[in-house]
Parts: sequence; C-alpha cells; structure tokens
Amino acid sequence: MEPILNVKNLTMKFGGLTALDSIDISIKQGEIAALIGPNGAGKTTFFNCITSIYEPTEGNIQITPPGQPTESLNGLKPNIVTEKGLARTFQNIRLFHGMTVLENVMIGRHCRLNSGILGAMLQPKSQQREEQKAVDDSYKILEKIGLDQYVNEMAINLPYGAQRRLEIARALATDPFLLLLDEPAAGMNPQETKELDDLIIWLRDNENVSILLIEHDMKLVMSLSDNIHVVDYGKKIAEGTADEIKNNPLVIKAYLGDDAEDA
Amino acid sequence: MITKNEIKQSFFLSIWTIILTFPLMVVKVNTIKNIVIFRWWNILYVAVGAFFASLAWNYFLRRKNEGKKTKDSIPVVHRLLQNHKFRLPFLATIGVIALIYPFVTPMYHTSIMISALVYVVLGLGLNIVVGLAGLLDLGYVFFYAIGAYAYALLNLHYGVSFWVVLPLSALLGALFGTLLGYPVLRLRGDYLAIVTLGFGEIIRIVLENWVDFSNGPRGIGNIPGPSSFGIELNQHQSVIYIYFIIITICLVTIFFVQRLENSRIGRAWIALRDDEIACQAMGIDKTKTKLTAFALGATWAGLAGVIFAAKTSYINPMSFTIWESITILCVVVIGGMGSAIGVIAGALVLILLPEYLRAVAEYRMLVFGALQVIVMVFKPEGLIEAVRKTYKYEKNKE
Repeated sequence: MEPILNVKNLTMKFGGLTALDSIDISIKQGEIAALIGPNGAGKTTFFNCITSIYEPTEGNIQITPPGQPTESLNGLKPNIVTEKGLARTFQNIRLFHGMTVLENVMIGRHCRLNSGILGAMLQPKSQQREEQKAVDDSYKILEKIGLDQYVNEMAINLPYGAQRRLEIARALATDPFLLLLDEPAAGMNPQETKELDDLIIWLRDNENVSILLIEHDMKLVMSLSDNIHVVDYGKKIAEGTADEIKNNPLVIKAYLGDDAEDA
Repeated sequence: MITKNEIKQSFFLSIWTIILTFPLMVVKVNTIKNIVIFRWWNILYVAVGAFFASLAWNYFLRRKNEGKKTKDSIPVVHRLLQNHKFRLPFLATIGVIALIYPFVTPMYHTSIMISALVYVVLGLGLNIVVGLAGLLDLGYVFFYAIGAYAYALLNLHYGVSFWVVLPLSALLGALFGTLLGYPVLRLRGDYLAIVTLGFGEIIRIVLENWVDFSNGPRGIGNIPGPSSFGIELNQHQSVIYIYFIIITICLVTIFFVQRLENSRIGRAWIALRDDEIACQAMGIDKTKTKLTAFALGATWAGLAGVIFAAKTSYINPMSFTIWESITILCVVVIGGMGSAIGVIAGALVLILLPEYLRAVAEYRMLVFGALQVIVMVFKPEGLIEAVRKTYKYEKNKE
C-alpha cells in the first residue's frame, strides 16, 4: 500500500546551517510513528517543513490520503496543508487565549465550513445550521477527548495537561488523516502521560487517523510506536521497531555519546 | 492598610514633585514690574497634594493586584444583558433616553452627541481591525476621509444625494481597505503601525496638495445635509434629523459587528490576533482573514465619513490628521479591545467628556490625559472588557 506521507530527500538550510539533511521518512496508514532524537536534532524543523511553515530548501513531500490520489505538498500555504488533512500540535502550547475552549475547537472546524462575510452578517438559515453543526461537532470532539467540563472556560484558564489535550482536540477538529504531535507529553506528570498514551491509541483505533509524534519520554515512545525514526544533527540515523532502536549502536551513541557501549 | 514603606515612598515623591514643579508653582515673574515673586505657600499645597495622591495611587494599585487572583467576574453591563429579566428593561431604558435626548436637551448637546455617535461607528469599525484581528492600524483616518470626500465631491460635481453616497461610501471604504491591506499583508505589530501611519498621512497630504481635485486646504463648503424628501427643516430640526440617522447607523453597525464577531470570520480574526502561526496551522487563510478585517473595518469608516461631511457641511484636510486616528484608537483601547459595548462606552466618554470639561477649560486636556492613564493602569483591558459568547449544548440530542 502507498504510504500516506512520503518525504524524500528533505533538506532545510538556514543560511550556513543545515537543520535537515536529506531526510526520507514514510508513514503508513493506521500507524503510530515516532520521531526521536537529541535536542536540536531538527525534529520540530521537520514538522515545520511538512506543514509548510518553513519552505524546505530541497525535497519532496507527498501525501496519499486514504482512498485518494497522491499529491505533492511542496509550496502550498500552511492552511492548505491543513485542509489536505495534516494537522499538528505545538511543542510550546499555542492555544488562542482570547477564546473559550469550545471556540478553540471551532477554529479547527474553520476550514471545513463555508460561511462568508455576507453569511455572517445576514445569517440565513443555511448559515445558522452550519454554525450549530460546528458547535455540535466541536462539543462531541471535546467529549471524546474528555474536556467537556471546560466547554465555556477561557482556554488560558485550563490546567496544563488539559491545555495539551485541547491542542489535540483542536487539531482533530480539522478532520485530519495524519496527526502530527510535537512533544505532547512535555511537562506532564506520570498520570497525565498515561492518559495521553491511552488517548493516542484510542485516536488511532477510533478516529481513523495515523499519528506521527515527536517525544522525549522514551517510555511513552517505546510503548506506543509501531515504527520509530531517529534523527541526529539533521540526519536520519535509524528506523525500526522499538526493540531494534533500543539496540541500535548509532542511536545509543547519539543519545549517550561514544563511551556508552558499556553503560 | 497603608504600609510604612508606602508612606516613605510617598514622602520622597512629594519632595521630588516640589523640586519638579518649583519653577511653575512657586516662581512667578512679573514682567511689567520686572520682579520675581516667590509664592512659598504653594510648596505646601504641592507637597500635601502629591503625598496623598501617591498614597492613594499605591493603595488602589495594591488592592487591584490583590483582587486579581480571586476575580473572575463579568462586567456589570454584560451581566445585565445576559440576564433575561433585566435585558429588556435595560435596553428599553437606553432606547427611550436615546429617543427623547434631542428633544429635551439644547441643540448644542444634540450636536456633540452626534459627534460622539460618529465616533461610536468609527470605533466599532476600528475595533474589527485592532480589537479583533489585532492589526494595529494607525491610518484609519484614511477611510474616514475617503467617505467624507466621496460625499463632498460627488455632491459638488454631480449633485449626488446623501442617500446614494451612503451605501456607495461603504463600498468605497471596503475597496480601499482591501487595496491598502494588500501591501501590508506581511507586516504586523510595530511595522504595520508605522506603514499605516504613513498611509494616514498620505491621504491628508494628497488632499492638501491636489488642489484641482479636492480644493486643497481651502476645503469644500456648503455640503448639504441629508435630503429629507421634500420636507422643509429648520436648523434645529435638521440637527435632530441627522441625530436619528446616526442613531440608526449606530444600531445597524452594532447589529452587524456583533454578528460578525461571533461568526466563523470573527473567530478567525481572533485566532489571527492570538497566534498567527497556530491560526494558519489550523487551516485559516491568513491573507483572506487580514483583508476581510481591513475591508470590513474600513466600511464603517466610509459611512462615518459621509455623516461627518453632512453634519459639519464643511470639510478640509485638517479634519483628517493623524490625531484623528489616534483618538479613534484611544476609543477602542480605553473602551475595551474587542468589546463592542466597551467601544461604545469609550466613544461616549472620550468624546463627550472633553466637551463637558470646558467648564475647567484650562485643565481640560490635563484631566483628560490623567483619566486615560488611570484607566490604562487600573483597567488595562478597557472600561468594559470583552466577554466571549457561551454556547449551550444539549447532551442527548441526536
């Protein structure tokens, strides 16, 4: 089967610094993949490149949404990439603080709605129906993620773990086929991490999304991932299942340095 | 309670104020007799005044900071509007006051109320750009001038009536909003402010120098008021007539702006304001969202411009200086960014207050400035802060 995301030879240079050096990664439908690597390895840059926040210096990014033809994402605007079905969360939480929790999720629905300026000002029946449906859909997503008790709270007033989950809810509202989670467990306590673990598996099984996550919590990565990609200094150094990665000498070297063989 | 430290601080502050104001408050030169008079008693007034003002300032600031942690309350006006029992009587009272206002007050008061209401429309328009979309626009006067000159010129050359120009100016505003929006799409924050500031100046300079087109600094006079469909109106009546027109336009503005604010577009504006990158990553077209904000903001400025021209019957480029843009921005910021009710309150306070402060004419701007500082320190979110709409959801609805 065609991989749903196929990245070939992705290179990103910032002036003289090569942040990503011909990276190849492909993600299969229904897979939970992880992208790991030491700090500064280029993981978030990789996310920014495939979501078009950065324009990559070189390389091809292709998607094949389930049941649809293959398309290239090169040179598209970030919002179009999201429309095509790639949704992401951010390492440092980027919620819309001036809005309620429900409205944050409704922003995710934005690209699936059509009402324009005149629709908003005159509010014909069709627009009202669409708006009500957006509210209902968003509420259902919040229910699934377990945030329904916060519906009308301002997003900024939520506890930290809930804010992370809200980011996932917001991304999910864009109807993605691939979710890109940038360090979803950062700053979470063990209890919250456990819940996140369950949530990610639940998402894969019930929401028909594949997941690519960046994470430093190795326990989480090893237990969740079907496939792990390791990058270091912008280069991909390994790929494989949890067990293969654990025993890969290159990976151990990248994380622990040269003398770590006997550690 | 007042702490020892605060007393100490206030004491030093009062000494500092004495030194600062010494040449102003104490020394007085009588140029006729060529002597210098020292009014030593004034030191005492300044010292006592500064001391207590500083104490009060510190006290209220501390109380505000302490209150912050527990406070999660909604402004009174919003609570009144949300409560079904009070909503109708509250709105009815305001409606009745607005209705009888021009009949019970002298013409002068009606006239300044019209000015204030023009600023309500302007403020609500700028609120879309600055308050909701977070684009700091210092050239808003551009669109106001477009509206005013559109009416003045079309009427002068072609005799086009007020009622035709009114919708036309709204369209013109939107058009110019889009045109001006394009070059500044990539900019934000301070950079956007500087460029829009430039645009605001450009319109004034063009109008001043393109004499053939705009009559230059001499301006355009004899602009007729809104046509009243054949009914003769004396001066007082025509003021009342304009008053009701502007009231209607205000209501229409409020109605549409409220709807926009809680729509898909309005949410996109706020998302853009709160986090541009996340907003794009959630599938919102940044370009389109910015342009709609500029265009819709400018629409109301175009409308307000026509009313302004019709009301004053004379316009010249000096009515559209940078100062005007700043005043409108003040209305939005002090009223409450993103809050329609706040902007209305802000416009009324900011435009009416200087008029009523004419009694203390000399200190008018001082009091006005002090008031702005006080609002910004104690209520940085504005007089009436924005409250987001809450949604109801029935759980078992399928």
